[in-house]
Amino acid sequence: MTDSNDAVWEVNRERDGGHQPFESNLPKLSGMGEVLAPVAGFGISLRNFFRPTVTEQYPREKVPTMPRYHGRHQLNRYADGLEKCIGCELCAWACPADAIYVEGADNPLDAAMSPGERYGRVYQINYLRCIFCGLCIEACPTRALTMTNEYELAGPTREGLIYEKQDLLAPMGENMLAAPHPMVPGVGDEAYYRGEVTEVDPAQVDWVREHRPEEPTLPENRKRHAEPVEADRG
Amino acid sequence: MTATADKAGSQAVETVNVTIDGKAISVAKDTLIIRAAEQVGIEIPRFCDHPLLKPAGACRQCLVDVASPGPDGNLRAFPKPQASCTMTVTEGMVVNTQNTSEEAERAQKGVMELLLINHPLDCPVCDKGGECPLQNQAMSHGNAESRFVDVKRVFEKPLALSSEILLDRERCVLCQRCTRFSDEIAGDSFIDLQNRGAMQQIGTFNEDVLGFDGYGPVGIAAEDESGGAFSSYFSGNTVQICPVGALTSSAYRFRARPFDLVSAAGISEHDSSGSAIRTDHRRGVILRRLADNDPTVNEEWITDKDRFAFAWQNMPDRLTRPLVRNDEGDLVEASWPQAIAAAAAGLREAVSGKKAKGVGVLPGGRITLEDAYAYGKFARVVLGTNDVDVRTRIASDEEQSFLGSSVASTGLGVTFADLERAPSVLLVGFEPEDEGGVVFLRMKKSSPKQQVFTVAPFLSRGAHKLGAQLVEAVPGYEGTVLAGLTKAADAVKALSEPGSVIVVGERVAGAPGAFTEALALADRTGARVVWIPRRAGERGAVEAGALPGLLPGGGDVAVAKARKAVASAWGVDDLPRTRGRDVTGILTAASARQLDALVVGGVQPTDLTADMIKALKAAKFVVSLEVRRTDATELADVVLPVAPPSEKSGTFVNWEGRLRGFATAIKTDAMSDHRVLDMLARELGVDLGTATVDAVNAELVTLGVLEDSARMAAPAVEAPAAKAAEKAASVAAGTKSLTLASWHQLIDEGSLQEGEPYLAGTGRIAVARMSPATAEAVGVKEGLVSVQGTHQSSIDLPVVITDMVDGVVWLPAKSPGSWVAATLGLAPGDSVSVKGGV
Ligand code: SF4
Ligand code: SF4
Ligand code: SF4
Ligand code: FES
Repeated sequence: MTDSNDAVWEVNRERDGGHQPFESNLPKLSGMGEVLAPVAGFGISLRNFFRPTVTEQYPREKVPTMPRYHGRHQLNRYADGLEKCIGCELCAWACPADAIYVEGADNPLDAAMSPGERYGRVYQINYLRCIFCGLCIEACPTRALTMTNEYELAGPTREGLIYEKQDLLAPMGENMLAAPHPMVPGVGDEAYYRGEVTEVDPAQVDWVREHRPEEPTLPENRKRHAEPVEADRG
Repeated sequence: MTATADKAGSQAVETVNVTIDGKAISVAKDTLIIRAAEQVGIEIPRFCDHPLLKPAGACRQCLVDVASPGPDGNLRAFPKPQASCTMTVTEGMVVNTQNTSEEAERAQKGVMELLLINHPLDCPVCDKGGECPLQNQAMSHGNAESRFVDVKRVFEKPLALSSEILLDRERCVLCQRCTRFSDEIAGDSFIDLQNRGAMQQIGTFNEDVLGFDGYGPVGIAAEDESGGAFSSYFSGNTVQICPVGALTSSAYRFRARPFDLVSAAGISEHDSSGSAIRTDHRRGVILRRLADNDPTVNEEWITDKDRFAFAWQNMPDRLTRPLVRNDEGDLVEASWPQAIAAAAAGLREAVSGKKAKGVGVLPGGRITLEDAYAYGKFARVVLGTNDVDVRTRIASDEEQSFLGSSVASTGLGVTFADLERAPSVLLVGFEPEDEGGVVFLRMKKSSPKQQVFTVAPFLSRGAHKLGAQLVEAVPGYEGTVLAGLTKAADAVKALSEPGSVIVVGERVAGAPGAFTEALALADRTGARVVWIPRRAGERGAVEAGALPGLLPGGGDVAVAKARKAVASAWGVDDLPRTRGRDVTGILTAASARQLDALVVGGVQPTDLTADMIKALKAAKFVVSLEVRRTDATELADVVLPVAPPSEKSGTFVNWEGRLRGFATAIKTDAMSDHRVLDMLARELGVDLGTATVDAVNAELVTLGVLEDSARMAAPAVEAPAAKAAEKAASVAAGTKSLTLASWHQLIDEGSLQEGEPYLAGTGRIAVARMSPATAEAVGVKEGLVSVQGTHQSSIDLPVVITDMVDGVVWLPAKSPGSWVAATLGLAPGDSVSVKGGV
């Protein structure tokens, strides 16, 4: 602070009707304290000098997030490969940032995408809008929508940051069979919701074999392709 | 405003004083408690109650505490809560709703819990989710927790009531709104409550409910040749009023959520009623249409055509850019300036070139008032012709005289309310259900109080539902029949009651003398005549003067005074003096190369008996203003894309003469016909002044209504002699030649119903109808008959022996397998030859 500044202070105080000279609120230091005050701040630096480093070497080194970190969303599947999403749009409704766009459609039960009558035909999340609050996954009635820990959501284009259904769908698990195919014979959609469907039914395999013999997730093609299938994260 | 208001005002309304939740109010006697509560702003939860349906007391959600003064004058409470939707208020009644009475609140919560016992609570997949009265009222008036842990009742789902209407019975709360609508309003009791107890459900045809003789449906159910269970023209309304998601439509099922949708108010383009609709769209795509509430016109109901037929606007063949025919003869995309320049060059050649023979203008019947005005002005000012006709159907000079003298610029005449209140109605060449839609519903409201007579070849299903009495007429001889109605005839006696109405339809144009006789009958009986065309734009076109002899304001082009008035308003010296050619005249002249060019709007060649394709091919130059590619655009030299109704604003004038303005629902860069014509006129060096809706309306206001001496004289055409009619009616067995009767069924293969297979599935099956004597004379009993006209091709349909006038065969005008105009080249009243056993 310079004198001229003090002068300004004084003028202002006088104009405002104040007549007392300026007094600081800080506790008054005395003796040594007053002498060392200008360098006291260096103490903090010195102390941290000897602490362990916390700087992460991102992106060279990736440190795992906390387990419940809100990262990119994922659309999960049932054990037989059917999609869990029923296209209800409740996630879109719940989203405070209007980041989700869903279009439902009639689910053909003889070649189903999900259990039940309705499935999500269009599913988009706009990561330019999403605030990762997680309200959408709370709203989802089928646990179709969950969040992964993936946080690398940056890109050079706007379009690229609008994730489509295929970008969000969980990868096929080890023994899953890609939709569309009929539901497990003899059970309704409630069985799926109750978690009673735990594996692919042979009838479903037969159906896919008949309709899409080249389907890579068929057991025979799986061996032939022998490509490493990513584990299900759902 | 209308007689309605006057009448209501003149009757002193008896009132009673009641107290609802401590608020004193005096309401009309016989008001239901639930309505009285609405008047003081108290909302009682309800499911079955609907203001336009009779009280049912089916759901019990509206229970309230009621006390009323006993004989001794002391207030006595009813021992149990009462249904407020069935009980009317009485003097001194004290009502306590859920707001002030714990008892009422407890009762309502109890009912809600019961309703939800078997409700699947599958809101996430249910289409009603987000706009569901059950969802909302369960939140506002229900318990937060359910005590019910057992397995719920399930039904197979969905049950297809028709190809369009689907029923999920497990969601149903048995309020019976759907069945009451079908029964009371539409008169199609195809669905009803069935079974008892927990298995009580809404269902389709059931032998206990409807007539059934062991083999098939009889009585009212038998009228439905489709064999479909719920083929009502109004079935979509049940989806809208179902208070839960039990009824859904195939067209909208699982497509969207209400919060996705942007709603826009509009007017239906499908008929001349001008029904108020709501268009719900998402990202520029229409997802559904709903009925809007307009008590003066369509109340809260619309036809299934109004509701479901909107896909045509966005079919893959939609035109988005102008097309111009290049030197190789191919239609190729062009820019607007190029296309306008090409169109202007061609028209200039046809108007002022050497040996120019002129241009004919066919705007089509579905345009707005503003478009019709632009076409009429364009023809007269730019092309210098009166060859402009909006009618793309059977038309006559007599009809034009009738329209000019009794319809144009007469303002609001007979209204929906008048029609509803009329003690008797005579229908001439008009089927209220098939050709009028909501006109039928309004008349049905007064049935059976209202006496209805129909001059027709047989009693159609719609006429039957109105309890109409048939006045048999061979098509073409309606005038003769009207002339033959003596003082002693039931119809004449009934029409003499004040307030009666004579309705004439567009088909009357095919019956010489019918308009004349209808007016004469009106004079004799004091009944009023109203013209109800089928297409949405026809009344507007009459007002705007898009007819060969008619100027805006009701002027007759043959009258100098009328021409002068309009010419001075338009800033030109004079208008073409003689009446122009009508639609058939224009097409015939073009085919004979007496016209050089045609300007064609929304006209389907298949709607016309005249050979339009030939005319388009013969004409040197054709400009087409269309929404989609059609047979006409394929033959045009310049195609200018115009906006469909949802993408433009404008005004339809409904048959009442009521202006039904509507705003743009979906904003695109598509332009209305009037704007395109304005651009075209500018290129031809004329400022048409029709660039905007406002500009056109301002001009129409300036023009105003012309005085009587500038108008057309009433028609005076003699109807064919009764002898001739008799002869036609007696079966000409030897020649097997019969008279053709035909009209459009509401749901058929009209071009505005394309792209909607679910709706098409609810249409009635096409059949040919003949009387027993006629069938015997031509030698058919059952199976297919083949009907042949002047063309080579024939229409083969299953025959249904009907109680009808002899010597006539009836065919639906444009139903699957029966495109009468296109296949036979004939109109009703023409003679056809019929062969059985094909
Ligand atoms: S995390 Fe929050 S902001 Fe992101 S999509 Fe879900 S609800 Fe919307
Ligand atoms: S992710 Fe869940 S909430 Fe969103 S549409 Fe699918 S099922 Fe509904
Ligand atoms: S289907 Fe809907 S309208 Fe019909 S009774 Fe059931 S809940 Fe009521
Ligand atoms: S609303 Fe009163 S009983 Fe249903």
